[in-house]
Amino acid sequence: MLTLQFMPFDEIERLSSDKRVSKLLEIVKENKILLLEGRLKKEEEAELIKRTMETIDDDFKGIEIGVIYPKDKDVDFLNKIRENMINFLLGDRRGFTVMGPATIVKEIKQDPNKIQLFTTPNFPK
Amino acid sequence: MITLMQKFIRSIFGDFFGKRKNLKIGLYGSPNGGKTTLANKICIDWLGEEMGSVSSVAHETREIQIKEQVTIKSKGKELSFNLVDTPGIATKIDYEDFIKVGMKENEAKNRAKEATKGVIDAIKWLDDMDVVVIVLDATKDPYTQVNITIVGNLQARDIPVLLVANKIDLKKADIKMIQSAFPQYDVVGISAKYGNNIEEFYESLFKISK
Repeated sequence: MLTLQFMPFDEIERLSSDKRVSKLLEIVKENKILLLEGRLKKEEEAELIKRTMETIDDDFKGIEIGVIYPKDKDVDFLNKIRENMINFLLGDRRGFTVMGPATIVKEIKQDPNKIQLFTTPNFPK
Repeated sequence: MITLMQKFIRSIFGDFFGKRKNLKIGLYGSPNGGKTTLANKICIDWLGEEMGSVSSVAHETREIQIKEQVTIKSKGKELSFNLVDTPGIATKIDYEDFIKVGMKENEAKNRAKEATKGVIDAIKWLDDMDVVVIVLDATKDPYTQVNITIVGNLQARDIPVLLVANKIDLKKADIKMIQSAFPQYDVVGISAKYGNNIEEFYESLFKISK
């Protein structure tokens, strides 16, 4: 059985970067595929990779991650600044982040509008 | 923000008080993209010696390697820098993959452990780079989250980036795919192994390191 867990951005909005990364990793380590509304900051994505590496052992082999992110619309300069400011302060709710444990998710192929998730043939039950 | 301020202060006062500190050029990318092959090509061309060992098995480079005082010359110009070869950045490392290519279990586990440390070090070193060359395997899909994360973090730190589409000697190589995935950057197609188009790479390195 494959479990897909949806997480609205509200659930991580008020957390520090450190706690955001911990929360996401915790869920993935429960052998679930996580569908997060929005995306992490770039620095948080790098931190997620670092923390994943620190956590790898004989059972947990790491993660697969992909992000669907809408292309920037043609908005005027002031709206762009406003949008960037909101994203900086509150986080970026646009798009979706998909992540799962490498023992279940073999590969995630992505382009800006589509994600394909390939599972391993014999993932642990 | 602090990194940006540090860079600004360094750029103003570094030159004002005398000789600028050595430029650090880092080679980044996913495992098996050809970072060490390119590092070796640069070192052989300008120092007459190799930098590190290469292998078809992923995660051959598991520690940061630095070659100091590399000086390249082109069209009367000179560029001196410290070359930093980094371990490939990945989101997963499975020791069983190493067993599949003939390693014993202990050796495979040890390699996996060293590889995880290597990834952490590579990410930590991002802050210390002045210029980064991202080495991509041109036969593979460049639109991976690892590549996007590396590019995004360099953008956030305002570090100049040069994209290298490596392995253009192979039939499957597709530079256009890399250009369309990262249209904001210049892409230079090379074969680090055979030296194809390496002059254009050095020219681009001059431009980006100004």
